[in-house]
Amino acid sequence: MSENILKELTLKIWRQKDAKSKGRFETYKIHNISTDTSFLEMLDILNEQLVVESKETIAFDHDCREGICGMCSLFINGRAHGPDDEVTTCQLHMRRFKDGETITIEPWRSGAFPVVKDLIVDRKAFEKILQAGGYVSVNTGGVPDANSIPIANDKAEEAMDAAACIGCGACAATCKNSSAMLFVAAKVSQLALLPQGKIEAARRAKAMVAKMDELGFGNCTNTGACESECPKQISISHIARLNREFLKAKLQD
Amino acid sequence: MSALDSKIPAGPLAEKWSNHKAHINVVSPANKKKLDIIIVGTGLAGGSAAASLAELGYNVTVFCYQDSPRRAHSIAAQGGINAAKNYTNDNDSVFRLFYETIKGGDYRAREANVYRLAEVSGAIIDQCVAQGVPFAREYGGLLSNRSFGGALVSRTFYARGQTGQQLLLGCYGAMNRQIKAGKIKVYNRHEVIDVVIVDGKARGVIARDMVSGRIERFGAHAVVLGSGGFGNVFFLSTNAMGCNVSAAWNAYKKGAYFANPCFVQIHPTCIPVHGEQQSKLTLMSESLRNDGRVWVPKKIEDAKKLQAGTLNPNDIPDEDRDFYLERRYPAFGNLVPRDVASRAAKERCDAGYGVNNTGKAVFLDFKYAIEQLGRDTIEKRYGNLFQMYEKITDVDPYKNPMMIYPAIHYSMGGLWVDYNLMTTVKGLYSIGECNFSDHGANRLGASALMQGLADGYFILPYTIGDYLAKEIATPKINTNLPEFDEAEKQVDERLHKLYNIKGTKSPDHFHKELGHIMWNYVGMARDAEGLQKAEKLIAELKEEFYKDLRIVGDFTAMNNELEKAARIADFIELAALMAKDALERNESCGGHFRTEYATPEGETQRDDEHYKYVSAWEFKGDKEEPLLHKEDLIFENVELTQRSYK
Repeated sequence: MSENILKELTLKIWRQKDAKSKGRFETYKIHNISTDTSFLEMLDILNEQLVVESKETIAFDHDCREGICGMCSLFINGRAHGPDDEVTTCQLHMRRFKDGETITIEPWRSGAFPVVKDLIVDRKAFEKILQAGGYVSVNTGGVPDANSIPIANDKAEEAMDAAACIGCGACAATCKNSSAMLFVAAKVSQLALLPQGKIEAARRAKAMVAKMDELGFGNCTNTGACESECPKQISISHIARLNREFLKAKLQD
Repeated sequence: MSALDSKIPAGPLAEKWSNHKAHINVVSPANKKKLDIIIVGTGLAGGSAAASLAELGYNVTVFCYQDSPRRAHSIAAQGGINAAKNYTNDNDSVFRLFYETIKGGDYRAREANVYRLAEVSGAIIDQCVAQGVPFAREYGGLLSNRSFGGALVSRTFYARGQTGQQLLLGCYGAMNRQIKAGKIKVYNRHEVIDVVIVDGKARGVIARDMVSGRIERFGAHAVVLGSGGFGNVFFLSTNAMGCNVSAAWNAYKKGAYFANPCFVQIHPTCIPVHGEQQSKLTLMSESLRNDGRVWVPKKIEDAKKLQAGTLNPNDIPDEDRDFYLERRYPAFGNLVPRDVASRAAKERCDAGYGVNNTGKAVFLDFKYAIEQLGRDTIEKRYGNLFQMYEKITDVDPYKNPMMIYPAIHYSMGGLWVDYNLMTTVKGLYSIGECNFSDHGANRLGASALMQGLADGYFILPYTIGDYLAKEIATPKINTNLPEFDEAEKQVDERLHKLYNIKGTKSPDHFHKELGHIMWNYVGMARDAEGLQKAEKLIAELKEEFYKDLRIVGDFTAMNNELEKAARIADFIELAALMAKDALERNESCGGHFRTEYATPEGETQRDDEHYKYVSAWEFKGDKEEPLLHKEDLIFENVELTQRSYK
C-alpha cells in the first residue's frame, strides 16, 4: 500500500431534490484525499464539508461497503460503478484517479429506475420481476435430506456463477435499450441448472420475461455492455440459456 | 427472586424441544388468516420468519431500511453455516455442536437454547438446498464441508465466500413468493423507531418513511424484531453502514430487558484500519484460517523494518517467523475461536511486533497452502475474498501475505428473550443477532447464519403460535388508539428535538467520537478504571451531542443526516449501558476481557461462582439508573471448565 494524496479534485455531481423536481449538475472541490480512501469515503468527506458549510448533503445509496449488498450504484465518469472492472462503487478506491481530475457522478440512467433523490434511484422494478417467479416454490419444512439431491460439481459452480448477481442494476442502467435480460437470466439460469429449480423452469421463465416486458425494460441486442459492466462478471451466456428456457417453455404451450 | 422466567421446558435436554412443541398451542388455518404479524428486519432471521409465517397463513408486514429486503447485512456473511449433519464422518453430532457452542461461548449461554439450535441445524441445510442455494459440492455431487474456528470437526457448509448472500437470496426468494401471494407486505426504506404497547402487549410500531420523511404507524397482533446487532456503536466495524440498534433500543425503553450488552465480538481477520478518514472496516472470512497461517516476526528488529516499510515479509525466513497461534494453541492452531485469536493478535502488536506502518496488523499467509495445494485450489476456495483484499489494499495476496487486524463484528448481547424467543414485553419477539440467546460471551464462526435461520424457519413459527392462539378473538389492531398517538408523538418530538439543535457538528462527528471512546475503553481489553472513564466520556459526549448537533436538509423529506442522528442518539445511550454492564461483570469471559481477571497465560478467567448469569437490564427512565436482573445459568449437561484450546 503506497499512500499518495490527491491535492484537489473537481466533482460534478447530479443533484435532484426529489422524484418530481428537475435535476442539475453541481460542481464541488475537494482537497487532500488519500489514494487509500474508497470512493464512497471520499463522498463521506465531501458531505462532512457540506455540513460545515450548512449545505444539504448529497444523498447516495450504500450499505455493506463490501461489494455484496448491491445497494450502491452511480455512474462515475460515464461508467456504471466507475472505471475499475469487477467492482462495485463501494469497492472503488481513489488510487484509480489522478490529482486535479474532474469526476462526473450521476445516478443510474434508466427509465425503469426513476431518481428518488440526488444519486438514489428506485429499483422496485427488479423486485417485481423476481416476485413473478424467481424462486423454487417450496414451503419451510418437509423437504428431503440435503444429500438426497446430488448435483454435479460443474453444474453447482455454474449455478453459483449466476447466483452471484447482487441486483445492483448496473446491467439495465448500462444497456442502451434498458434491458434487464442479464438480471433475469442470472436467476432463471441459476435455477434451471439445478434439479430443484427444473420442475417449474418453464413457468418461471415465462412469468419473469412477461413481467420484465410489462415493466418497460427494453430488448436485448447482444451488445454485451451489461456483462462488461457487471461487477460480478455475470456472463451473457446466461442470456442464451434464458432464451432457450423461454423458447422451450413457449413450445410446450 | 428474579423477575425473569426463561420458560425452559422440563425434562432431559434432548427431549425439551420436542416435548415443548408437542404441548404448545397451535392456531387453526382459519384463524391464522385473521392474525397480523409485524417483522422488523429482513436478514436471515427476519426474512426466514416472514416467509415461514406467511406460508402458514398469517398476514405479515415487514420493514427494512434498505431499498430491498435482499440487501440486509446477512448478505455479507462470507464463510459458511454450521450444521450437525456429520456428512464428513468425523464424529459430529447434535451434542458435539451443542457442546462446542456452549464452550465457545465461554459458558455464558443457556443449555436448552443452544441444544435446540444444534438440533434444528440439519433441517436448515435441507431447506436451503430445496430452495436452490448453490452450496459447494464434491465431484460426486454431494455437499462439501470446511472447518471453522473453535470446532474439532468439519461441519461448515458454504457457497464460495458468499454463503450469507446465497442463504439470504434463498429466503428472499421464499419471501418473494409470499409477496406475490399477497401474504407479505414489504415496506422498504422504512426505519422502525419505536414499538407500540397497548395493555401490556406489543401491538405495533412507529416507522419513518425514509423517502417522504413522514412518520407512520402500523398495528399487528404481535411484533418481531429481527433488526440485527449493534456493532456500529463502535463507528468502525464490519457491520453495514446503516445497521443500527434503534428498534431494539426503543423496545428496551418500552420494557424489554436488554441482556449482556457488554458481549461483543471482535473478529480477528479484518483488513487493518488505514486512516482517520475511513468509514468502514472489511472482514476477511474466518474460513481463510483453514489454509492461511498467522504470524509475526520473531525478531523485534524485523518488525521495526516492516513497520518502516524497508523489509519485504517474503524475505523473512521461516525460522524467524512466530506462528504464535500454532505456538500457543497446538491443538487448534490457527483455528482457535475468534476472541482467542483476536487477543493473541493484540498481544503481539502491543508487544511491538505489528507488521504495518501503524504497528496494528499481523500476517495471514497463504504461501504454505499455495505450495502444498497449488494456486488453483486456493483460488477456487477463496478467489472472491482475495480479489476483495487486493481491490482494497492494492496488494496481491497470492504473492504477499495478507495483513489483518481484529475489528468489531457481531454482538452476542441483545434483547433478553425466553425459550420462546419472547422478550419481557408480551407479544414482542426478538430473533437472530437482535436477541442474546445462543452465543454466550463469544460466537463461533458460521453460527450466526445458523441461528438466524433456526429462529426464523424452525423456532419462531412454532412458539409464536402458542401466543397467538390466545389472540384469535382480538380484532385487527386499531392504530387510532391513544397509545399509537402517544408513541407517534414521542417519536416526532424526539426527532424534532435533534433537528432543532442547530449546532455546528455533523452526526458523523459524534459517531466517530463515540467510536473512539468505545474502542479504547470498552473494546478488546477492558478494566474498571477505563470503563469508569468511558462512562464519564460518554455522558459528556451525550451532553455535547444535544447541544451542538447540526442536521442539514429538510425534516419531512429524505434526509440521511436526520437518519444518522437518530441512530447515534440511541447508540450513545446503549454505549453507556455497555460500559455499565462491562463494569458490573468482574470476570473475563469470551469477548469480554477484563485485564484484571486473566490467567497467568493471559487467557480469560471466569468467575462462575459470582457471574454465571445473564445480565438483563431493565430501563427505569431517562434520569434513573437501569435495574439489573440476573438469570442464573444452570449447567446440567456440560462441565464448566477453564476453556482450553491448547
